[in-house]
Amino acid sequence: MDYFLELFLGGLTRGSIYALIALGYTMVYGVLGLINFAHGEVYMIGAFVGLIVSGFLTVLGWPILAIVVIATMMAMLFAGAYGFTIEKVAYQPLRHAPRLSPLISAIGMSIFLQNYVLLAQSSDFQAFPQLVPEFEFLEPYSHIILSTELVIILAAVVTLIALFLLIKFTKIGKAMRAISQDRQMAMLLGVNVDNVISATFIIGSALAGLGGILVASHVGQINFYIGFIAGIKAFTAAVLGGIGSIPGAALGGLILGWTESFATGYVSSDYEDVFAFGLLVFILVFRPAGILGKVSSEKV
Amino acid sequence: MTNPLTEDILLEKLSTFLYSVSNFFEHKPIHLLDSLEVNMKQRTVKWAGSLLASAVTLCFLFGVSIADTIKIGVASPYSGDLASYGIPAKNAAEIAVKAINEKGGILGKQVELLAEDDVCEPNTATTVAAKLVAAKVVAVIGHLCSGATEAALPTYRDAKVIVMSPASTNPTLTLSGKYPNFFRTIAHDAAQADLQVAYALKLGAKKAAVVHDKGTYGKGLASLARDGLQKNNVEVALFEGITPGAVDYSALIRKINRAKVDTVVFGGYHPEASKIIKQARQKKINATFISGDGVKDPSFLKVAGKYAEKYYASAPTDVSQVAMAKSVSDEYKKVFGADVGTFSLQAYAAIQALAGAMEAAGSTDYDAVVKALRSEKVSTPLGTINFDASGDVLGAGFAMYQVQGGKFVEAK
Repeated sequence: MDYFLELFLGGLTRGSIYALIALGYTMVYGVLGLINFAHGEVYMIGAFVGLIVSGFLTVLGWPILAIVVIATMMAMLFAGAYGFTIEKVAYQPLRHAPRLSPLISAIGMSIFLQNYVLLAQSSDFQAFPQLVPEFEFLEPYSHIILSTELVIILAAVVTLIALFLLIKFTKIGKAMRAISQDRQMAMLLGVNVDNVISATFIIGSALAGLGGILVASHVGQINFYIGFIAGIKAFTAAVLGGIGSIPGAALGGLILGWTESFATGYVSSDYEDVFAFGLLVFILVFRPAGILGKVSSEKV
Repeated sequence: MTNPLTEDILLEKLSTFLYSVSNFFEHKPIHLLDSLEVNMKQRTVKWAGSLLASAVTLCFLFGVSIADTIKIGVASPYSGDLASYGIPAKNAAEIAVKAINEKGGILGKQVELLAEDDVCEPNTATTVAAKLVAAKVVAVIGHLCSGATEAALPTYRDAKVIVMSPASTNPTLTLSGKYPNFFRTIAHDAAQADLQVAYALKLGAKKAAVVHDKGTYGKGLASLARDGLQKNNVEVALFEGITPGAVDYSALIRKINRAKVDTVVFGGYHPEASKIIKQARQKKINATFISGDGVKDPSFLKVAGKYAEKYYASAPTDVSQVAMAKSVSDEYKKVFGADVGTFSLQAYAAIQALAGAMEAAGSTDYDAVVKALRSEKVSTPLGTINFDASGDVLGAGFAMYQVQGGKFVEAK
C-alpha cells in the first residue's frame, strides 16, 4: 500500500507539471483554435530566467525565501513577455491566413527559440539550484514525498483554482469565453479581441514559466532542449483531457502522470510511453474530443 | 645503406605507374575530365609521394636485412578507408623500433620492421599473414580490424608467430582461447562491463538494479553488466530502460527503492545519471551506483554536485599523467608533423612489450617470449602493462573512477 501511495504521489507530481504546461496549450487553443508549439520553449526559457535570477541573487547573498519568490516572479514575468512577443511576431500577422500557416509559424518559433538559447547558453546541461528547501516536518516522509514535489502539487492546485475563478468570474475571463465561442460576434459587441488574446498568451506563458522553474528545481538541471519533451507530453495531456477545456487539461495531465507512474512501477519503465500513448489512442477512439472536450459541429 | 638497384627498379615501376594513370584519363569523356583532372592531379602527387616514401623505407629495410636482425611485421591498413588508423599505428611502431635500435637493439640484435598493407580485409589479411610468416618474422604488430585479425590468426598460430594487436577489440579473439599466440594492448569491448561487475562484487553486491537509456551504448553496456552479475550469482532485481529527457524519474527511483538493491548499474550518459542520482539520494537510497565512461564527464560533477559523491564510473585509463605518453607524442609530432593517431600509443606499447619480453626471456623463442609477456611488466606510454592468460592487457585499458570531493579519482 505504501508503494502504491508512493507511485500515486509520484504520478500526481508529474501530472501537476504536465497540467501546468497543458493549461497554456489549452487556453490558446480555446481562444484562437491554434496549437502553440513554441509553448514548451517558453517553459524552458522560464527555467533559464529562474536560473539566472537565482544565481545572481545568491551571489548577492539574499535570503533563500526572497530568492525563491523573486526568481519565480521574474521567471513568470519573462515567460509572459515571451508569450506576448511570440503572439505579436508569429501569430497575429497570420490571424486571417489559412490554419496551416500559424501552425508552421509556431514550429518555426519553437526551433528559433531552442537555437537562440543554445547559442546564448551553450548546449551543456546547467546545474539548477534546489530552490525549495527541505521542510523539516516532511523529513520522516521523505521516502514518500519530497518538499519540492509537495510544492509542485500545491502550486498546480492553487493555479488551477485561480484560473478557474478568473475565467468564471472576471471581465477578462468572460471576454475569453466569448471569443472562444464566436470571435466575430465578440468583436461586434465591443470586446477588444487583440488585448484578450494577448492576455491569454501572457497568462498561459507565465504558467509555463512557473512550471519551468518548479521542474528545474525538482530535477536539478536544464538545457535548451528540456522544453521539447515536456511540451509534447503536456500537449498530449491537453488533447487527452479535451483541448480547449481548462479542467480537461488538469485532468489530462493527472491521468497521463498516473499512467506513466503506475506503468513504470508495476510493469516496466521501458513501456512508460507505450502505456501513455496507448491510453491516448484508446480515449480518443471513444471520445474523439478528449475526456471533457465538447464536440462542436462546424458552423455554416 | 641504400641499395641502388632496388631503388632504380622501384623508380622505374613508379614512372610506369604514373604513365598508366595519366593514360587512363585521356580516355575519359571530356566533360568529366575538367573536374576530375584537378582532383586527380592532387591525388597522383599524393600517391607518388607516399610511393616514394615507402620506396625509401623499403630500400632502408633491404639495406639492413643483410645483417642478422629480429624481424617484426606490422600489418595494418595503409590504403583504403581505414588507412587513417593504420598509418599512425605503423609510424608509432617505427619510432618505437628506432628508439630500441639506438639503444643497441634487442639481445644485441637490431630490429627490423616489415610493413604490410591488409586494407582491413580478411582476405588480404590471410595473404599478408602468409607473406610475413614466409619472411620469418618472430612477431606481428596487428592487425587493426577485428575481422582481419581473426582471419589471419590461424596462419600465425600454426607458424608460432606472436600477434599483438593495438586495435582489435572484439572480445572473442582472446576469450575464445583458440589463439594462445594472440595478445592486445587495447581493452576489449566487454572489458568495461567486466570491470563494473568486478567492482560490484568487490563492494559486496548481492542484489542489483540495472538501468539503461535504451541507446546502443547504454543498453549494450548494461546488458553485458547484467549478464556478468547474474553469472556471479548477483540477483538482478530489475533491468529497465528509461526515456532520456523525461521530466523526472521518480517512479523508477521508487521502484529501485522498493527492490532494496545494494547496487545500481546505469548504462547511459551523464544527463540522465545526474537526474537519477540526485533523486535517488534525496529518497535516501544508499546503494552503490556504477556507470561507464558516458558518465565520467565534468558536466556530471557540475550538475549532480554533492549528490555525485561516491558515484563509480569506469573509463579509459587516463594516460595524460604518464610521462612516457607525452614524450612519445612529442617525438611522434617531431618526426611525422602530426598528432598521434587513435592507436599509435597502443602500437608503440606493443613493440615495447615484445622487446621487453624478449629481453626478459633471453631469446626470441616463441614459448619463452609468450611466457615472459604474461609475467613481465613493461613500462609503456599506456602505463605499466603485462598480459593475462587469455592475452588481454593488464594495467591499461579501463580503470574505475570514483567521485571524491567533487572530482573523479581512480578507485583502488
